[in-house]
Amino acid sequence: MPNVLTIQNLSVSFQENIVVKNVSLEIAERKVTALLGPSGCGKTTVLRSVNRLHELSGRAKVEGRVALRGEDLYALDAILVRCKIGMVFQRPNPFPTMSIYDNVLAGYLLNGLKLSRSQKDSLVEESLRAAALWDEVKDNLRRRGAFLSGGQQQRLCIARALALRPEILLLDEPTSALDPKAAASIEELMVQLKDSVTIMLVTHNIAQASRVSDFTAFMYLGELVEFGASEKMFSTPRDKRTEEYLTGKFG
Amino acid sequence: MLDTWRRRLLDKMFCGIICGLAFLSVLPLVLILGYLLGRGAASLNWQFFCRAPQPLGEAGGGIANALVGSLLLLGVAFVLAAPLGLLVGIYLSENKTSRLADWTRLAVEILQGVPSIVVGMVIYIWLVLPFKNFSTLAGGAALALLMLPIIVRSAEETLRLIPSELSEAALALGVPHYRTVWRVIVPTGLSGIVTGLLLGLARAAGETAPLLFTAFGNPFLSFNLVKPIESLPHLIFYYATSPYEEWQRLAWGASFVLVVGVLGLNLTAKFLTRRWRAQF
Repeated sequence: MPNVLTIQNLSVSFQENIVVKNVSLEIAERKVTALLGPSGCGKTTVLRSVNRLHELSGRAKVEGRVALRGEDLYALDAILVRCKIGMVFQRPNPFPTMSIYDNVLAGYLLNGLKLSRSQKDSLVEESLRAAALWDEVKDNLRRRGAFLSGGQQQRLCIARALALRPEILLLDEPTSALDPKAAASIEELMVQLKDSVTIMLVTHNIAQASRVSDFTAFMYLGELVEFGASEKMFSTPRDKRTEEYLTGKFG
Repeated sequence: MLDTWRRRLLDKMFCGIICGLAFLSVLPLVLILGYLLGRGAASLNWQFFCRAPQPLGEAGGGIANALVGSLLLLGVAFVLAAPLGLLVGIYLSENKTSRLADWTRLAVEILQGVPSIVVGMVIYIWLVLPFKNFSTLAGGAALALLMLPIIVRSAEETLRLIPSELSEAALALGVPHYRTVWRVIVPTGLSGIVTGLLLGLARAAGETAPLLFTAFGNPFLSFNLVKPIESLPHLIFYYATSPYEEWQRLAWGASFVLVVGVLGLNLTAKFLTRRWRAQF
């Protein structure tokens, strides 16, 4: 199984505060890898250091290496990295001033990349179909997204990320702001998507991780406690802390 | 039972007092508008808008010179203050904690508190004395200084309220920071920005003091940017204190026009805020 992303000895600190301690992960291609752990364990920081969004908060210090197919992401331009690695956030955040159509193309439009009309049309349809939203919005593409439900907005955000044809899709607790039904549809979508894209999923929902992920990394207090095939980890965890978390003793 | 009765009575009294006070605070506006309508509206006619004041003793005449002057002054002020105010507002909303931003914010607040007559004096020293000439440009610059803080603060406050998730969404798509600000943040906050611009105009439109020794005033119709020019508030100030009934009539009419204009700007701003507000 080829690994598309390699994280080696990653440590992240904000000022004096060490948030991630020496984490190493191998992310398998076209699989769902879940980062699981209680809130504040550093899983989101690991995710954001992959597309270098942590640099926004300034003063973040990163040690270690993050490489996409052997290419050091920290040697590249951050903008290029973010084009190759898409991200979906906790709260659906479509651009409120843009139509659904433009939202899907936002990665191109905002970067000033020119596309022909037919390229645009096919890209929009393809991305919305991939995000399982096409049938629901195909008659309203020119309307703004405000009338969409939370789950639909989140799928629009996924379509927006997919439109740039990323190698990896980072999902930062994508269902935690949604109702159970919408959350279920997003989970189903994740399983479909892994045919075409590698997914890293941050979640504190144990059941969700066990339902959709192929591999799971359990993090606690900034450390990587255990990493391996999900099936194995959820049935026979090696570490005592993993077992306690999975059985609901803390977190 | 008695208790309920007492509570109801107290409730009624309290409600009555509040409603009364609310009515009192609206009353002055109603009175002013009514008074202006009574005194000013009568003098409105075609001539009033199209002609400059006539020499004393001649009938007719209007306030065209002041109308044109006020529009030119506001135009100059807008061109000077709007881009600068918008850019400073964006800077402040994007840099919430930097030292320079703190100082800028403080400076803008202080500028807002500077009496307008002082602003006029400063512009007199900067722009009138060196050229030995009162001018539309100097008047516009004085008004711009008064508009600037309003524009900066409303832009900053609007842009600040935009959730950071929105700019993160753009950045995560590989959009550079400046493009994110320009293509995502500013359009999303457009209603607030435009509101600030309109409120700034409304504030500047009614100012007299800073124009006294910058635009100076001019009884003739003029479109010249480097010559003295009339403005509505200055015309009102000058004519209302004159002993001539004809001039006083013009002052009432001009007051009415000015108040309606400012009211219109404020109402438009209010309407835009409601209409254009982006949904998150």
